[in-house]
Amino acid sequence: MSADAKKSKDSEVPDVAASMREFAKSDINKTLTPEDRLQFYRDMLRIRRFEERSIRAYQQGHIGGFLHLYIGQEAVAVGCVSLMAEDDHIITAYRDHGHALAVGMTMNECMAELFGKHTGCSKGKGGSMHFFAPDKNYWGGHGIVAGQTPLGAGIAFALKYKKIKGCCLCFLGDGATNQGPWYESLNLASLWNLPVVFIIENNGFSMGTAMHRHSTGTPLARRAEGYDIDWGTCYGHDVYEVRHNVGQAMERAREKSRPTVLEIITYRYRGHSVADADDTYRTKQDIQDYKDEKDPLNLFKCHLVEEGVADEDALKQINNEAKEEAETSAQFAEQSPFPPVSDIQADVYWETDNPDEKASKGTLFFN
Amino acid sequence: MAIITYRDAINQAMAEEIARDSDVFIMGEEVAQYKGAYKVTRGLLEKFGPERIIDAPISEAGFCGLGVGAAMMGLRPVVEFMFWSFCYVAFDQVINNAANIRYMSGGLINIPIVFRGPGNGGTNVGATHSHTPENFVANTPGLKVVCPSTPYDAKGLLKSAIRDNDPVFVMENTLLYGNQGEVPEDDYVIPLGVAEVKKEGSDISLVAHGRCAILCLEAAEVLATEHGINAEVVDLRSIRPLDEETILQSVKKTNRAVLVEENKPFCGVGSQICSIIQEKAFDYLDAPIKRVSSIDAPQIYSMPLEQEQIPNIERIIDTVLEIA
Repeated sequence: MSADAKKSKDSEVPDVAASMREFAKSDINKTLTPEDRLQFYRDMLRIRRFEERSIRAYQQGHIGGFLHLYIGQEAVAVGCVSLMAEDDHIITAYRDHGHALAVGMTMNECMAELFGKHTGCSKGKGGSMHFFAPDKNYWGGHGIVAGQTPLGAGIAFALKYKKIKGCCLCFLGDGATNQGPWYESLNLASLWNLPVVFIIENNGFSMGTAMHRHSTGTPLARRAEGYDIDWGTCYGHDVYEVRHNVGQAMERAREKSRPTVLEIITYRYRGHSVADADDTYRTKQDIQDYKDEKDPLNLFKCHLVEEGVADEDALKQINNEAKEEAETSAQFAEQSPFPPVSDIQADVYWETDNPDEKASKGTLFFN
Repeated sequence: MAIITYRDAINQAMAEEIARDSDVFIMGEEVAQYKGAYKVTRGLLEKFGPERIIDAPISEAGFCGLGVGAAMMGLRPVVEFMFWSFCYVAFDQVINNAANIRYMSGGLINIPIVFRGPGNGGTNVGATHSHTPENFVANTPGLKVVCPSTPYDAKGLLKSAIRDNDPVFVMENTLLYGNQGEVPEDDYVIPLGVAEVKKEGSDISLVAHGRCAILCLEAAEVLATEHGINAEVVDLRSIRPLDEETILQSVKKTNRAVLVEENKPFCGVGSQICSIIQEKAFDYLDAPIKRVSSIDAPQIYSMPLEQEQIPNIERIIDTVLEIA
C-alpha cells in the first residue's frame, strides 16, 4: 500500500510511510547499507514465519502449555537488537521468541525447545517462556511478569562493577508496569546510575485487560520521572523509529551510565497465549485495522521497494527462505529425541553437573 | 586458636573472601555505613570501600533480584537479609530466579550467590520477624541451605558458600551472634553437607541444627547428670545438601532419635529426616521418632510465652524421657 492510498483511506491516520522515510534519515539510520536494511527485513520475517509455523505445531499437539506470540511486534526486537554491540546485553519476559531469533539463536534450537526436545536451546527444560543464550548476551526468557526487571538492573550493575562500557536492554510489557519489582528496579537503577534501558513494549493489553482498564496515568513511561530517569515514547511499527529512540537511550547508558525508560507502542495480533480467546477484549476488526495501517513487515517491505533497496522478487525470495527455514526447524524438532528421564535431575546444581570439582558432601536430591 | 564471637566469625569469612576474590561484594540494608543492623559487617566498608560494601535501600525484591542478575554475569554477591523474615517480599527473586534459571537454561547459566542473615525467633519481635524458612528453601531444588551453630562452623560454612557456584542460603541466629568459640586464623572451609557429632553418646540421638544444636548440648548435660542418659548430639550444620550418613550412623548406634528444630512442625526439616530414618534405619529403632519444634502457631510476642513456643531445654528433656 502506498502512502497516498493510506492517506485517502483515512485522513486521521498519520502518514506512517512518510514518517518512516524521515526516521530513515536520522543519524543512526542514514549510514545503514542496503544489506543492513535487507537484514532487518529478513530478521523480522524470520520471527513471523517461525511463529506462524509454531502455531501449526501447537495445533498439531507438538507444543505444550503456553505459546506467547510476538507477531505484530517484530520491529521492536529487531530494531533494538540491531543496535547491540559486543558488551551490550538483553533480557526479556515470556514473549521471548522474537528477541531470541533477533540475537541469532537458530530456529532449530528454538523450535526444538518448544517441542520439549533434547536439542532445544534449554534441552527441553525451559519451554516457550524460558529461552536463554548467554553466549549471545541473551539472558532470557522469564515467565513471571516483571520478575526479570531486577535481573536487568543486576546485569547493568555487573557491567558497571566490572568497568565494562556496555548496557542492558531490559524488556517488559505494559502489564508489568504495575508490578512492584519494576519500581524497585527503577529506584536502584537511578540511585546507582546503572546503564540499563527499560523498554516497555506496550502492546495495549495486559493479557486480556486493555491498558485503560489496567493502568492509570499515561504514558506509562512517565512514571520514570519520579525516579529522575529520562523517559520517552515512540512507535514500534517502524524499525527506524525504534532504532532512533533506543539508540539514544543506549548511548546515555553507555556514556553517562544513566538508565532510561522507553515506552514503545506496538500491537500483538494473536491472543496473550496462542490458545487464549481474544474476542472478549477486542474485535477482529481492531486487529485488521492495525495490520492494514501499521504492520511492521508490510511497511518496511513497501519502504524497501520504494527506496529501490530491493525488488518484489528479491523480497519474495527472502520470504521463501524464511518459510523454508521455519519448516525445516519444525522437521528438526519433530525428529529430535525427547530428553532422557535421567535428565530431569541434570542442570539443577552446578556441583552435580561437575562432579570432579564438587566440594560439598551429602545428599542433594531426595529421591 | 583465637576465641571470637559468631558475629566476628562471619565478618572474618566475608572479609577474607572479599580480599581473595574481586568478584565478591556485600549488598544489603545498613551493611556499610551503619555497619550492619547486627554489626556483622562492622569495619568492612572502611576496609574495602563502597564499591564492594553496598548499602541498599529497603527494597528486597529489587536488590535480591539485582544480585541474581549480577551473579548471572559471573559476580559473587553476598546479599544480606536483615532478617530472613524479609525474604518473603523477595520470594519470586530467590525462588523463581535464583533457583530456577540454571535449570531453565539447560545448565548454561550459574547463579553463584549467597543470601545470608539471621532467621530465628526468641527475641520478642512477633510473627512477622521470627521466621525460620530453611524448610521452605530446602524444599526448592537448585538451592542449598546451611544453619551454622558455632563461630567455627559459621566461618567455615560461609566461606564454602561464597566459593560455591550454586545459590547458598546461610541462616544465622541473632541469639548466637554474641556466642564465643575457637576459630582458626588460617584459611579453612567446611564443606556443605557434612554434619558434626557435637557430642558422642550411646542412648539416644538428638538431631538438630542452628541454635537448637546448642540447646541439645545443654539438654544432653542435664540428661547425663540428672537422668543417667548418654545422649549423642548430631548438628546437621547443612540442611541441603544433607548428611544422611551421619544421621543414620548415629541412630543405628543409639536406636532412638529426637529431632529438634525451631521450625514449625508441619513439613519442617524434621519431617524429611524422620522419613529418611524410618526408610533406611527402621530395623534399628527401639522407639518411635519424636520431634521437638516450635508450637504450631504464628510467633507470639509475649516474652515468657515465646520462650515456651520455641524449643527449650525442658521440652527437649521431657521429650527424650518419653522414649529413653
